[in-house]
Amino acid sequence: MADKHKHKHQGKILIVDDSELNRSLLADILDADFETVEAEDGLQACAYLQEHELEVSLVLLDIVMPHMDGFEVLAMMNRKGWIKTMPVIMISAETGSSYIDRAYDLGAVDYISRPFDERTVLHRVNSNYMLSIKQKEMSDLFSSQVYEHERDNRLMIQILSHIVEFRNGESGLHILHVSTFTEMILRHLLTITDKYELTPAQIGIICNTSALHDIGKMSIPESILNKPGKLTREEFEIMKTHSVEGEKLLRAIPYHQNVKLLETACEICRWHHERYDGSGYPDGLKGDDIPISAQVVALADVYDALTSKRVYKPPFTHEQAVNMIMNGECGVFNPLILKCLDDIKDKLKHELAVSSPAHDMEAVRENVEHVLKTSGAGVSDRTIRLLEHERMKNRFYERLSHEVLFEYVASPEMIVLSEWGADFLGLPEKILDPRSSKLATDVFEKDDFDRLMSKMFDTTPENPMVEEKYLLTLQGVKKWNKVIIQSIWSSDDEHPVFDGALGKFVDVDDETQELQQLEELAEHDAATGLFNHHAAKRRITKLLAEAGSKKYALVFFDLDNLKKANDNYGHLFGNELLKAVADRMKSNTRATDVCARMGGDEFIIFMEYRTENGLSQLIKRIFTCLTQPLGDFPVSVSMGIALAENYRGTYDELFHNADTAAYYVKKNGKNTYKFYSDIPSAD
Amino acid sequence: MDVKQCYEKIGGNYDDVMSRLRTDERIKKFLLKVADDKSFELLCSSLETRNIEEAFRAAHTIKGVCLNLSITRLYNSASALTEALRGKTEFDPEFDRLLERVRADYEVTVAGIREIV
Repeated sequence: MADKHKHKHQGKILIVDDSELNRSLLADILDADFETVEAEDGLQACAYLQEHELEVSLVLLDIVMPHMDGFEVLAMMNRKGWIKTMPVIMISAETGSSYIDRAYDLGAVDYISRPFDERTVLHRVNSNYMLSIKQKEMSDLFSSQVYEHERDNRLMIQILSHIVEFRNGESGLHILHVSTFTEMILRHLLTITDKYELTPAQIGIICNTSALHDIGKMSIPESILNKPGKLTREEFEIMKTHSVEGEKLLRAIPYHQNVKLLETACEICRWHHERYDGSGYPDGLKGDDIPISAQVVALADVYDALTSKRVYKPPFTHEQAVNMIMNGECGVFNPLILKCLDDIKDKLKHELAVSSPAHDMEAVRENVEHVLKTSGAGVSDRTIRLLEHERMKNRFYERLSHEVLFEYVASPEMIVLSEWGADFLGLPEKILDPRSSKLATDVFEKDDFDRLMSKMFDTTPENPMVEEKYLLTLQGVKKWNKVIIQSIWSSDDEHPVFDGALGKFVDVDDETQELQQLEELAEHDAATGLFNHHAAKRRITKLLAEAGSKKYALVFFDLDNLKKANDNYGHLFGNELLKAVADRMKSNTRATDVCARMGGDEFIIFMEYRTENGLSQLIKRIFTCLTQPLGDFPVSVSMGIALAENYRGTYDELFHNADTAAYYVKKNGKNTYKFYSDIPSAD
Repeated sequence: MDVKQCYEKIGGNYDDVMSRLRTDERIKKFLLKVADDKSFELLCSSLETRNIEEAFRAAHTIKGVCLNLSITRLYNSASALTEALRGKTEFDPEFDRLLERVRADYEVTVAGIREIV
């Protein structure tokens, strides 16, 4: 039996089986050595992996399961790339070889058939687990060793060259500047010509060994090396020997003579004082007889000498130095290299200003990462740490924001709510089959949810945003929310694939209500609270358009004596009269009828009716009610009615007819009502 | 009654399960789970409602569990039903006949398990 006290391995085993008994039997066997998690079917397994990809180190997978079977899980793991880092062991009573073959084809590493025994399960899980751990450890080890190796290399060369600098009394940054300058020029050179065969690795070697260019100065007497003031002709001749002496020093190293690094270092030492026109020393080489490494280092050396303070001269500025070089004041250089200098002089100025030993180590890291990327050594520890860091950051913001944040995963389809959001909505964090979930039916109206989904599917990589406003039910209260969604597309492909989306709810209830109130205000007449003409016309036009077999009547009337009320009793009374009329209109009509003040003393009522007889009764009642005296003021109205039965005309025609009937009343004694159909047409 | 006697009673292979699961304690723990498992009820109701796919999975689960615990007799009858159901969508009277065998074995098995002390 396994020792209960020994440490468990890191990393979880995901057990996927629809039978609770089978799961717990496996968990029971593995519990001593591993932490286990269980999933009831393929869909749950995928949902778990989606979120805990990095924590799961092995999957035990059943084949026959509801919702999503084991093969479908394997297919999904292939699509998501999980299969590359996560070993899967199939466990099934299906021993048919076609089943086993298919599982292996889909990337399963092993197959345990039922009935399984404790030793087989433990042994296979352990060995596959160790295998994948070892692989990962090796890849981590490899990357850290490459990194250390590269770093140590640079460090050694820097130590060496600092000794030279120290003896020369040069600034500690000289070596670094020459190396940075050389690298930038070479990289740019690659982009403007393919005349020189330079690989990234070769550029790396040239930059590294550029540090050794003055190593020959070790053999120059200190009295000459550090002489304040101009050297005599003789002294200068001695000084010039440092190039040849440098190469000699390196050639004296008894081994590794054919190593590219040493070869390059020799070139640079011997020829970094040659000039393109053959006027340099020690050999007077001309043009591209001078190796490109030495040509570039020569320029870098000259530039740094110009911009540094020396016992015999003050430092020149970057611009002065570049000008002097371009004008040939420091000898003739390869025109291609001068073009490089001219192209990147601004960038160069900036880079050299910030270069420092720490910055240089940054470059080492970049190099290592480049090497690792091209050598294909899996995901490094560092990447995983970065991912975890990102996830922690997200959680933190989520918790602070108090907004419902969510992620939509396209396949297998699910919605993952933020912790806070799930809590707030009273829903689980992971919502499988979202279309028939409570989110779709209880929080959203089902139609709204479907609409949001289809909007999301309509997005494109160029146009990934959806912003929609919905009335949601949040904690039992209906509130307006803006739902903002950005879809995500897999990027490294010419044909982007929709992967899912990120989104959040923004509570806009307050502002929406305010807006609605404003809208309502704008639609209503201030004095009476009835609709204004514009709003009434809009509503009536809509009702008419949808009328079908419904019958409508438009009642138009004006107050015969509003002017008299205003004149005799004052405007306050006039307002009171208007208000009273409005109240009487409302109390005699249904909520679905449209009551409006057209302006001044004119009003309309738009109402549905069933029979003309019923309508006549109704009109009579309304008229009687309207013309009740207000206090002792007699209210008088002239009213016309137009019917819209089987009506195909516009609101304006209908209004015109009712108005005509009312006008007829007004002309013929006022204070009564008339149907348009009843007035003599000759009028 | 101990675990070994129980296996004799329910027509299981005690030596086999012992060689695989290694302790009486563990075997007993999972036998008790078999007695509480709802797969058999699911199997019956699925057949009644003619949900053949669901019935297949339920029978398959019982078969798998019995295989794990070497409950040979119930395994055999559950296995026969599983194979009859495999890939089918239409009900067949044969299913009910096979189900009766499973039911008989299932009842003996559960009764036997409940007698373990």
